[in-house]
Amino acid sequence: MSASQTERRQGGFKLTQENIVFFIALLLFIGFSVLLPGFFDTSNLLSLVQNVAILGILGIGMGIVVIGRGIDLAMVSTMALSTAWTVALINRGFGTAEAIGLGLAFAAAVGIIMGVLVAYVEIPAIFATLAMSTVIYGFGRLALVDLDVIYLPDNAIWLRSISNSFLGVPLPVIWFSVLAIVAYLFLRFTKWGRYFYAIGDNRAAARITGIPVRPMTVIQYLISSMIAFGAGLITASLLASVNIRVAQSTMVYDVILVVVLGGIGLSGGKGGVRNILVGTILIGILLNGMTILDMPFTMQNIVKGTVLLIAIIVDSLANPRDEQTAQQGDI
Amino acid sequence: MSVSESFAKWRYRLVPDHLLGEVLSKNWIDNTIPFLFLIIVVVLFQSLIPGFLSIAGFADLGRQLGEVAFVAIGLAIVMLAGGIDLSVGSVFALANFAALAFINYLGWPLYLAIPAVAAIGALVGLINGLLVGYLRLRAFLTTLATLIIVRAVVDLLILAYARKVAMTMSDSDAWLFLGEGDFFGVPFNFILLVAVAILAHLVLSRSRYGWHILAVGGSRRSAYNAGIAVRRTICITYVISGMFAAIGGLFYAARLGSVGPDTGIGLEVTVLTAAVLGGVSLGGGRGSIFKALLGTAIVLLVTNSLIRLNMPSGATPLVLGLLLLLAVAVDIRWLKNRHKLLSRVYVSPTYFELPQRPATEAGSASPYAVNDAFHDVEAIGLGELDGPEDIIFDSKDNLYTGGRQGDIVRFLAPDYRQSEIFVHLGGFPLGLAFDAEDNLHACVAGMGVYMVTPEREIVRLSDETNRSFFSIIDDSRIRMADDLDIAADGRVFFSEATVRYGVSDWAVDALEGRGNGRIIAYDPHTRSTRTVLSGRIFPNGICMVGDGESLLFAETWACRISRFWFAGPKKGRVETVVADLPGYPDNLNKASDGRFWVALAGMRSPVFDMSLTVPSFRRRMAQRVAMDEWLYPNLNTGCVVKVSLDGTVTESLWDLGGASHPQITSVREHKGYLYLGGINNNRIGRHRLADADPSWTSQHAYWGKS
Repeated sequence: MSASQTERRQGGFKLTQENIVFFIALLLFIGFSVLLPGFFDTSNLLSLVQNVAILGILGIGMGIVVIGRGIDLAMVSTMALSTAWTVALINRGFGTAEAIGLGLAFAAAVGIIMGVLVAYVEIPAIFATLAMSTVIYGFGRLALVDLDVIYLPDNAIWLRSISNSFLGVPLPVIWFSVLAIVAYLFLRFTKWGRYFYAIGDNRAAARITGIPVRPMTVIQYLISSMIAFGAGLITASLLASVNIRVAQSTMVYDVILVVVLGGIGLSGGKGGVRNILVGTILIGILLNGMTILDMPFTMQNIVKGTVLLIAIIVDSLANPRDEQTAQQGDI
Repeated sequence: MSVSESFAKWRYRLVPDHLLGEVLSKNWIDNTIPFLFLIIVVVLFQSLIPGFLSIAGFADLGRQLGEVAFVAIGLAIVMLAGGIDLSVGSVFALANFAALAFINYLGWPLYLAIPAVAAIGALVGLINGLLVGYLRLRAFLTTLATLIIVRAVVDLLILAYARKVAMTMSDSDAWLFLGEGDFFGVPFNFILLVAVAILAHLVLSRSRYGWHILAVGGSRRSAYNAGIAVRRTICITYVISGMFAAIGGLFYAARLGSVGPDTGIGLEVTVLTAAVLGGVSLGGGRGSIFKALLGTAIVLLVTNSLIRLNMPSGATPLVLGLLLLLAVAVDIRWLKNRHKLLSRVYVSPTYFELPQRPATEAGSASPYAVNDAFHDVEAIGLGELDGPEDIIFDSKDNLYTGGRQGDIVRFLAPDYRQSEIFVHLGGFPLGLAFDAEDNLHACVAGMGVYMVTPEREIVRLSDETNRSFFSIIDDSRIRMADDLDIAADGRVFFSEATVRYGVSDWAVDALEGRGNGRIIAYDPHTRSTRTVLSGRIFPNGICMVGDGESLLFAETWACRISRFWFAGPKKGRVETVVADLPGYPDNLNKASDGRFWVALAGMRSPVFDMSLTVPSFRRRMAQRVAMDEWLYPNLNTGCVVKVSLDGTVTESLWDLGGASHPQITSVREHKGYLYLGGINNNRIGRHRLADADPSWTSQHAYWGKS
């Protein structure tokens, strides 16, 4: 190791992905502010934050699963179908509270089923959740709702109010902040939160230590599904409708993008809420800038895909895996 | 014999329990679950849909299979190398668009357009391959990103050119034939699929590159350490996958000719379901092209049938998702529990009843009465040897023996103090014999029968015999050659103790009590190997009688010595010589007085003898109890007995304390001395025989030389 490298390490600044991404986000922010008219504007910045709040909320749920070396590709399906059912129930005359309770129960059931599939049946998380996302969509379309787009009835005032503004700040942003703080405290200071890290870091060691690895895995998916339901309610409130086609869109990959960009390694055990915030900010700036630039949706997809690719490449250059240490079957 | 005992006897004689374990140990058993599934699917939908099994339906299915299965084969190849390729759906769509653009819009000829489309697929695959293979990115995320990017590119292209492409139509007959042509009702692309599948199978199972793929998928680290170019191997799998996906898209374009934006959406989930359902394992190393095809057929049957059943929207994704879950769950569970199941059912005891045990008490009139004849036996090579199973002398009195290190060691006459490694065989030599030209023949455990010339040249004589027609396990390979002897005509007769177990677990065969062993003859004149006698219970020692047409052989777990005629008027007959030995006979050799020395490797115990008549007890033991807690035959104390050809036992020699020779596997008389070998011993014993002919050597007795 050369002297300069040693010095840099001692200097306290590490070239972590989180720092790199934060730096890029900063650059983009400055660049857009200078170059794009109407970007550095209070109303635009507020709408930027509001637009990524949903993505951030989903990102926190995904992050909790990823920290435990899992992945939840069914999050968006869960979000869409559980909320769609809730709204459909309200339309059918159910009370708001009852409808939300049933929707939450549906999301929880989905989470538990996924957790059991991953933890007890030992299906790799990627496949269990990928398959579940199709199952949830199919089941929901078959049994829960009969239209692709369900509109929020006018009388659901309470539900509509959760996306209002409070002192000029959109409520979704506040929900995101609250969730971020709660998730931070949960991951940092509670026993379960520490268990998640231990399981993600080394599942076998965690198991030998006596951590209830399997129940903890189920709880991770339970949490992510319930957070997905919350994100769905906020979306429904914002748009006054639920479109279940979103379950088949690439939205879940945006969520992964947020998590991976922020620097939560997919091999688990690393990262935290801060990483998700950084990832969310970058994606928010990117999406907002592209929207202002009036870039077509497909072009945006290309940009997002490329950014995701670059993020993984940088991650693999910063944390190389080699043939001696790579885990078998780790795809 | 009680009723229940004779019931057990007949039940175990008539029901071939061991076949279950043998079937489970076959490699093709992995295919049975998806195959049963296919049958269930066909039967189910046949009963639900009238006219399900029609020729037209099959042709239609074949045509679709000729599109989707290409993609599935590509994905299966990637998965076999331990990766995954999600971008296939987008590549499929891209190829569909490119094919239509080239042929309809640009009017390219087919010989230009088809390679161009395949090259586009290969290019996307190459990007995946460079990223995943060389940069070692995570396959799932990387191909996910390319899925999104390529799909967006396709959308952009469709936005820009869809109308122009859709407006024009190709009038090429060949293009039409690609999409709709058939040979005798079989769609053209299906025929091509079969050809490609066979080729891909041959590459995977017979070629160097195919083996590299399987090696990388089986254990990436080991493949790397073995010097395989892991990164290049992985990269190429993605190129293949991209190309195959493009070919699938090409046929799709030829059949439908539409540039719809939803082409190939969700195809990656479909083919992934297909591959996993067919039995291509996630994480690599296990699977085949055939499995991918089987899975694709199942998935297509199910989705097509759901459409024909007019199921409400949502039913297809629901069923497909459930199918994927079920397939992965079964795959994971099967992979995890297969060897457990196999080890539970493979050991399959049967009924066997030994005759009454003769007395061995000291002072009794029994010829087996315990004595201390080997009290002051000399040791040769003490501490140098590890497992001298058999001993033999050449015509110059030098002593040869085998060792666990895979050597044949020579001790030099006359005092056998000096030793040298004669040859290194690489396997554990068991039985040894010299032929008339002083060539040393050796049975090598796990390897077969080898010959070593006096010039130390090693010649493999036989490692394969004829496969039995009705045997489920492949018994052509010789796995457990044990002892041998050479007939006057030069033929080498050797025993293979068991065909169901290998060198490391041969002792488990004792629990079965079934005739799993055989006697095999190698003919040096024709260089052919034939099984001459099968179904014997652990045949071990072999010794020529000397009449040129019969030999004696010992069956260890059956505690008996029999005579087998391999030539002459009684050819093929087996007669028992001694039926009730008190222990487990190992090697047999000639004595100077015309009788035969028999080494007993261990002594019978009443408990184990009784357990042989209660197969269900032994089965339960094998299933429930850990392997090292099983009841085994006692192999801790043995002796040497002398028998004559009519079955009379004349004497027995014991090592009472068992300090020097607890287990004797071999006994050889040479010039008035008896030499003792033991497969678990660290020495050769030398015992002076008071009344033996001091000039007798087995070399002379066999070949007339001194």
